[in-house]
Amino acid sequence: MSRFIKVAAAASAAVLALAACGGGGDDSSSTGSSGGGATVTDAQVEAALQKGGTLTVWAWEPTLKDVVTKFQQKYPTVKVDLVNAGTGDKQYTALQNAIAAGKGVPDVGQIEYYALPQFAIGKALTDLNSYGAEALKADFNPGPWNSVNSGGGVYGLPMDSGPMALFYNKEVFDKHKIEVPKTWTEYLEAARKLHKADPKAYITNDTGDAGLTTSLIWQAGGKPYQVDGTNVTINFNDAGSQEFVKVWQTLISEKLLAPISSWSDQWFQGMGNGSIATVATGAWMPANFVTSAPAGKGKWRAAELPQWTAGANASAENGGSALSIMEKGANKELAYGFLKYANDGDGVQVRVDGGAFPATSKTLADPKWLGDEFEYFGGQKANEIFAKSAQNVVTGWSYLPFQVYSNSVFNDTVGKAYVSNTTLADGLKAWQDQSAKYGNEQGFTVK
Amino acid sequence: MAVPLAAAPPATRRARRSYRGWQFVGPFMIVFALVFLAPIVYAIYLSLYRNRLIGGNAFVGLDNYTQALQDPQFWSGVGRVGLFLVVQVPIMLFLALLVALALDSGRLYGKSFFRVSIFLPYAVPAVVAALMWGFIYGSQFGLIGNLNDALGITLPDPLKPSLILASIGNITTWTFVGYNMLIFYSALQVVPKSLYESAAIDGAGQVRIIRSIKLPAIRGALVIATIFSIIGSFQLFNEPAILRNLAPNAITTYFTPNFYAYSLTFSGQQINYSAAIAVVMAVITMIVAYVVQLRGTKDL
Amino acid sequence: MTTTSVPKTSPRTSRPVTLSPKRPRRKGSVLLTVLTAVMAIYSLFPLVWLLINSTKTQEGLFSSFGLWFDDGKFAFFSNIADTFTYNDGIFTRWLLNTLLYVVVGAGGATFLALLGGYGLAKFDFVGKKAVFAIVIGAVAVPPTALAVPTFLMFSKMGLTNTPWAVIIPSLISPFGLYLMWTFAAQAVPTEMLEAARVDGAGEFRTLFRLSVPLLMPGLITTLLFTMVATMNNYFLPLIMLKDPDWYPLTVGLNSWNAQAATAGGEAVFNLVITGSLITVVLLLAAFLSLQRYWQSGLAAGSVKE
Repeated sequence: MSRFIKVAAAASAAVLALAACGGGGDDSSSTGSSGGGATVTDAQVEAALQKGGTLTVWAWEPTLKDVVTKFQQKYPTVKVDLVNAGTGDKQYTALQNAIAAGKGVPDVGQIEYYALPQFAIGKALTDLNSYGAEALKADFNPGPWNSVNSGGGVYGLPMDSGPMALFYNKEVFDKHKIEVPKTWTEYLEAARKLHKADPKAYITNDTGDAGLTTSLIWQAGGKPYQVDGTNVTINFNDAGSQEFVKVWQTLISEKLLAPISSWSDQWFQGMGNGSIATVATGAWMPANFVTSAPAGKGKWRAAELPQWTAGANASAENGGSALSIMEKGANKELAYGFLKYANDGDGVQVRVDGGAFPATSKTLADPKWLGDEFEYFGGQKANEIFAKSAQNVVTGWSYLPFQVYSNSVFNDTVGKAYVSNTTLADGLKAWQDQSAKYGNEQGFTVK
Repeated sequence: MAVPLAAAPPATRRARRSYRGWQFVGPFMIVFALVFLAPIVYAIYLSLYRNRLIGGNAFVGLDNYTQALQDPQFWSGVGRVGLFLVVQVPIMLFLALLVALALDSGRLYGKSFFRVSIFLPYAVPAVVAALMWGFIYGSQFGLIGNLNDALGITLPDPLKPSLILASIGNITTWTFVGYNMLIFYSALQVVPKSLYESAAIDGAGQVRIIRSIKLPAIRGALVIATIFSIIGSFQLFNEPAILRNLAPNAITTYFTPNFYAYSLTFSGQQINYSAAIAVVMAVITMIVAYVVQLRGTKDL
Repeated sequence: MTTTSVPKTSPRTSRPVTLSPKRPRRKGSVLLTVLTAVMAIYSLFPLVWLLINSTKTQEGLFSSFGLWFDDGKFAFFSNIADTFTYNDGIFTRWLLNTLLYVVVGAGGATFLALLGGYGLAKFDFVGKKAVFAIVIGAVAVPPTALAVPTFLMFSKMGLTNTPWAVIIPSLISPFGLYLMWTFAAQAVPTEMLEAARVDGAGEFRTLFRLSVPLLMPGLITTLLFTMVATMNNYFLPLIMLKDPDWYPLTVGLNSWNAQAATAGGEAVFNLVITGSLITVVLLLAAFLSLQRYWQSGLAAGSVKE
């Protein structure tokens, strides 16, 4: 019987713990050596690095493994425990669970830019301003730097970024004598021409992707999300969103998009065999081409993203993530030391050598890096295109402080436009309403 | 606990006996309390609160339940699994029973081959089931696409919204026919063979033996398989989760109540509301299971 | 309740049956075999896909027809070798973890189900009816909603990220309990137990000496189900474990599968497929080695006549 009591006790203790950390606004008394507001100097961080200790890092980024090895060589007293706690949402769930349990929270977590505001507003992350992170602003590209800023705080150091480019299968384009589209209108024309010439071929695949949709609206100058603290506006009626709707609705209506989900094996197959002719996505894509669509080697090229206005050079970010220090982590000075090493210091080159796309401005200006020839792209110096894109990211974009939820219901709402008579505009409206409803339920004021 | 039985005086015999079964059931129930009951109690507790990103945690009484009862997304999921239950479960159990009877008849060539091969789908891990069905249902480069090309026809896309439930039903049937077959088969194994022999001597044919001996004998197994299939249908999750990667627009986040509870917890951080949904769903499931069980045992 | 649905051994059994030596072995039926074969083809068809594709390289997977071999390359053996050596051979670790979870978890679950089911079938005790209601009621709660509460509890108890977080939940198989209940009610004659009691045998001794042999088919069935359930357990380990060194195969293979969908991640679908095939083959081996016990229970059952 005593075992049952133990269980009951454990259960009620857990209940209390959840209730205790339920309050989003409570100040965390559990913070380590650095209290709120206290400024930590570089010297203190360096001292922590020399003193050593153990750091737990939750990240799925593959090149971090080498960074950790190098880091431990430089600081032999530090032991970094690099844990792949899942990719994207899976890791966020694990993080949220650990935070709720108040136990097993890592010191450092990888968080994608779109999810960062949500963790920041939930007080899960440490504001790095007290570590002097503001001084590092010039080291990073404006796009990713903007992404780690939320409500006046800096909630992580950018690790990788995804300035967008158009990847296209040159062999297919040449075969059907299609020009590389400079604008999205030309893209639409190319889509028609290609599908007419070869009914098995499509300009691209799309079954409704929140990340792509928001990125393209971003590029078009749309700003559907306005966030001011807990006051949020969602509006997909602005000019930028409408531009996107016009072109994409036509692509959908004329059945010019392959009904294949990204990252499915049919997708990899399609990129390899030429039936998916382009992919508009972040600059981190090349490494994935190499391993996931080896059959396309030598056939693909990178190009600038088509423009919404002829002659413009606007770009946007797609994907990318930061490393953040968890508010409930134990050794924050040490954690900051690791962040700086991995994302601003020597670690950057290690990751670039491993094929990652950096967020640092220094790398983007490095002639050696710019001159890299991509075998997969037939020897093209694709980094030049990506670097240019990184500099042309439209400023002023922000994600919702509950974008993780919002993206999760994208296919419930906008997805209808892909499989029924619902229009894309109506789908976006439904998405807007559903997101607003959730925001209001969560205590935001959403208009 | 281990009271010496023989020494006890007759007067206490009745009372002693009424607790003796607990030596056997007790260990199960202790672990059960830990892994099932405690989390359920906790979930019920959670369902009375609402934790928000802004504003924190607050006691809301039965608000979550009121919301659940009026939630069209929840009820659309309930309707869907209800339909699934009515159509898929009978087909699956019927097939399983046929195979089990065939195996038990002693008239099959290669009996152990069939037994293992029909059971095998249940052993396939979900990660590879996703890849496999992705290939089979693929209308571009998958099997459907290949058939279309080879035969010059246009098969309907099994992943389109109007067919998705049937496609899920196919996967579920594929996975669980062998599972249920095994339950029926092993139940048939403990029926003494002498029963059939005497019936055969009395001149009963195969069909008659099945109807009047075999089926009544495995009735317990039939009822259990049905009840667990009902619960399984109401908790439909794996198969839609597998197909959602391929057909994100046909399978919504509230496709089944269990999927809805999952989405609420893991995408929306709405643990409290998710718990309320789970409790409501449990009540519905229990009612249906209870009715079916009553019917199943009615005329005994 | 359910127990009442188990038919009492009908009076007809007591009718003496002479096992005539010339009783003909029933002849096989071609029609029946063909019909069952259709079902077997349906069951095996997707597995053929698994088998064929385990012979392909990562590149071959995406450039050849799914139901035929990639001409030129037969990578089956290199896939197996790669599966065991990729990521410093962590697959072996996952395999051993799974083995541990299956032996302790499924073994324990079967044992608890045997005790519980037997107790329910053969004893009349206070609270017996409540057991049925409570277990069915608890099973009816959608498990996805219980994952987080369970995690929080286990975390308080310090069990997360340890093998116990996987093993303890696998110890409970409600389905196994019911299966053992009906089997025990059906296959173990109450008179036999009464006789044993008269002889002064202890209850547990009676169970293991006399009843277990009669319960073999049910026991094996339960063991098979709990084994597969433990082996395919994905959701709870995913939430409970952070350290890949404790992953079971399901979670491990999923992490290999997922890495293709991350920036810069390496696609190793060939290893996911080969790893899954190995998992299925292991279960197949377990099934084949267990299936002969279905018969032994039967033989024991006839002692009664």
